[in-house]
Amino acid sequence: MRAFTTLTGVAAPMPAANIDTDKIIPARFLKSISRAGFGKHLFANARFNEDGSENPDFVLNQEPYRKAEILIAYENFGCGSSREHAPWALLDFGIRCVIAPDFADIFNNNCFKNGVLPVRLPREVCEQLIEDAKLGGNARITVDLERQVVIRPNGEEHHFPVDALRKHLMLNGLDDIGQTLQHAAQIDDYEAKQKASQPWLVQA
Amino acid sequence: MPKTLFDKIWDAHVVDTLPDGTALLYIDLHLTHEVTTPQAFDGLRAAGRRIRRPDATLGVIDHNIATDASRYTGIEDPESALQVATLEKNAVEFGMPLIPLLDERQGIVHVIGPELGRSLPGMTIVCGDSHTSTHGAMGALAFGIGTSEVEHVLATQTLLQKPAKNMRVQVDGNLAFGCSGKDIVLAVIGMIGTAGGTGHVIEYAGDAIRALDMAGRMTVCNMTIEGGARAGMVAPDQTTFDYIARTPGAPKGANWDSALAWWKSLPSDQGAVFDKVVTLAANEIAPQVTWGTSPEDVLPITGIIPNPADTEDETRRAQLQRMVDYMGLTPGQRLQDLSVDVVFIGSCTNSRIEDIRAAAAIAKGRRVADHVRAMVVPGSGLVKLQAEKEGLDRILLEAGFEWREPGCSMCLGMNPDKLKPGQRSASTSNRNFEGRQGPGGRTHLLSPAMAAAAALAGHLADVRDYQPQEALS
Ligand code: SF4
Repeated sequence: MRAFTTLTGVAAPMPAANIDTDKIIPARFLKSISRAGFGKHLFANARFNEDGSENPDFVLNQEPYRKAEILIAYENFGCGSSREHAPWALLDFGIRCVIAPDFADIFNNNCFKNGVLPVRLPREVCEQLIEDAKLGGNARITVDLERQVVIRPNGEEHHFPVDALRKHLMLNGLDDIGQTLQHAAQIDDYEAKQKASQPWLVQA
Repeated sequence: MPKTLFDKIWDAHVVDTLPDGTALLYIDLHLTHEVTTPQAFDGLRAAGRRIRRPDATLGVIDHNIATDASRYTGIEDPESALQVATLEKNAVEFGMPLIPLLDERQGIVHVIGPELGRSLPGMTIVCGDSHTSTHGAMGALAFGIGTSEVEHVLATQTLLQKPAKNMRVQVDGNLAFGCSGKDIVLAVIGMIGTAGGTGHVIEYAGDAIRALDMAGRMTVCNMTIEGGARAGMVAPDQTTFDYIARTPGAPKGANWDSALAWWKSLPSDQGAVFDKVVTLAANEIAPQVTWGTSPEDVLPITGIIPNPADTEDETRRAQLQRMVDYMGLTPGQRLQDLSVDVVFIGSCTNSRIEDIRAAAAIAKGRRVADHVRAMVVPGSGLVKLQAEKEGLDRILLEAGFEWREPGCSMCLGMNPDKLKPGQRSASTSNRNFEGRQGPGGRTHLLSPAMAAAAALAGHLADVRDYQPQEALS
């Protein structure tokens, strides 16, 4: 996983709640067996017309948002399906951070596993950031994970919460399987006990 | 301290707790399907890792498969075929048990887990699929995970998880005629909203839940994810134990006795504290139908399409307008006046034998409207066999329904069963998102009985006007 420390970039405004994972990457694009290449299908239903041409009204088809690295949206971002293809598509497009008042749980987990930072900030702050983002290329937003702040173009800082463990893994780009395998002895113990007390859980 | 059902299962599975409170949680059963696993196996391969507990892992193919006779001649779409072949290859390479594609036990992952007796009370169950919440109906802690977490579970049989909060949804009293588990859960989501359960595990309680059969409980737990909760669960009781006893995976002999003792200790203790409690009166729930493109936009079948202009909040107004436009509706229109093109009875929400019986009871002796394509897709090969044994396939075929092979089918636009742009469906599935059943498709979610009524009427209809003509034997 690519480490995430700080990021300063163009933010795309998507002022809507409940942006679900079917919108982020529709099911018909989930057939690939690789992690790469989903960026071209990001928000496919809104981004492209039926004939495959670009929909000029969609924010990511407009300058400077074609190069957006941050998305700003409203409540319950990433709800719906558990597909990790959603953060893969964001990442492949170049988006490394989504800022919203809250996120659906599984999407939130999936982002952290892929170096996409979900930032939770209150609705009022998201509304201000949307206004900033609408100003386009001159209004770059900074996200500093170490200090846990988002910095608006006017210099105003907003603190955001993040779990200590996740922050550590993300700052250092660590894969958490390695982290977990440090507990291999405890897992062995647990399994031995369970096998004795609940033998029906072990299939012959 | 008194504990909830969730607390008990959680505590029994904590292998270790990290300094920031994150738990290393042991996973008893890991179900896998073809869509969310290829990248996880790639990860294992790259790191030279194996599956830690192949015996606690079970794979099945459900999302990509055709539900007509073409499944017997191979999958046409090359990408779908590759995804399926990849799971088959990975199963061999990593020693993972996989239900073969043409096996009678093949079916939707959330139908087969309970049906085969693999999903049991007190277990932790995961799958790279959000509707894993379904298995919570068994009295298990079951939740969906992403592909990186699939890899993590394959390699370590554990997950790093932050504890969830407890929420109880209490449904008191008796359900009215024509209503089912689907109507309960749609009403709950309408009440709490799609983020109402975020960060929580919901335990469903109350007489109306106790009175549901296992299929009804699975429907309720299935759609819990649509309310944003991490998992939904129902405390195991005699209904649960009787169901398990009939499955091939039920613990045998002395194991049954010790399992039963553990299962009986699971229900929430008197005085256990819930962070959030929501109460509904079952007798006030009417048959429900969604009208918009989010499961929370639901109304009783007697309802009318709302007028976005009546909404103060600007973002919400824009959202409602977008839904009205996308769904091709007019504010003030009666739901019952909406003509449907397609009726889909199936998906992990409503494709069990009880669901098919409910649809057949309404359809018996009647005819599907001429302009409607109506399909019934059993959730598994075993459901299909059972239905055929009961003669339900004939009732449905005679009424003009298609009787298909098991799979996810028209629940999501990933296999040949898709809506065409602008088509309106009455569907027993779980998501009415834009394009979910195919680009431009318009989905109304409802129960199997309501779906059958819509097929007969040719428009959304009130199942209470369609009393079964005679009881099914
Ligand atoms: S039936 Fe639908 S919701 Fe259920 S597992 Fe299949 S695609 Fe997912």
